Amino acid sequence: MFRRSGGQCVATFAHDEVRVLRKVAAEVVGLLTDGMDHTDPVVSRLFPDIYPERPDDSQEFRLYTEGDLKTGKIDQAGAILAALPDEGEGEVRLDGEAAEAWLRAINDARLAMGTRLEIAADTDLGEELDNAVIDDPGSSRVFQLSVYAYLGYLQESLLNALPEIK
Amino acid sequence: MTIVWDDPVNLMSYVTWVFQKLFGFSKEKAERLMMDVHTKGKAVVSIGARERMEMDANQLHGYGLWATVDRG
Repeated sequence: MFRRSGGQCVATFAHDEVRVLRKVAAEVVGLLTDGMDHTDPVVSRLFPDIYPERPDDSQEFRLYTEGDLKTGKIDQAGAILAALPDEGEGEVRLDGEAAEAWLRAINDARLAMGTRLEIAADTDLGEELDNAVIDDPGSSRVFQLSVYAYLGYLQESLLNALPEIK
Repeated sequence: MTIVWDDPVNLMSYVTWVFQKLFGFSKEKAERLMMDVHTKGKAVVSIGARERMEMDANQLHGYGLWATVDRG
């Protein structure tokens, strides 16, 4: 988890955390670079219609803006990959700009995973995880829910490690 | 106007931070707006000309917030 140290946001990640974060960031990049399917709920959550009642206007707006939005999101996820050690454990130190990219990228990853996991306003994550473990402790759902929860804690710790905005 | 909708994934602290960062709101104002989104399901975050609203919504999408424009 992140803490504030010497004007930077600093965290020490264990081997498994590095592996999971690299995987999550690479998955976001993959989602954005493979031809995006706008009927995929994850894509429509990351790129919402700006005029929900006017599909043609939304589409036109998308034409002009989606390229840059997509590039921004790929760069954000790239900032995670760039700061992490290639493998093994290691320390990550983020200046203000990198911390912002991480926050945004973690958020994109949580949106993608949360949409796939069908997280709702009344979802109790602990209960959801308990049920998934009872079903099958080795399932992909247990892994996905654990990573989703972990990313939430990580994002919160990074927010707390940022300097106050004046 | 630009509207931000409630969603079950974004952390309350993150939404507050985005409002401060993007609109330069004080922490108090950003928290109040975030709570409006959270409890009422949506909140108006900016009002102005169409191009400006579209730019705001687009930037909010960059941060992963669910924003739409209402021409009122």
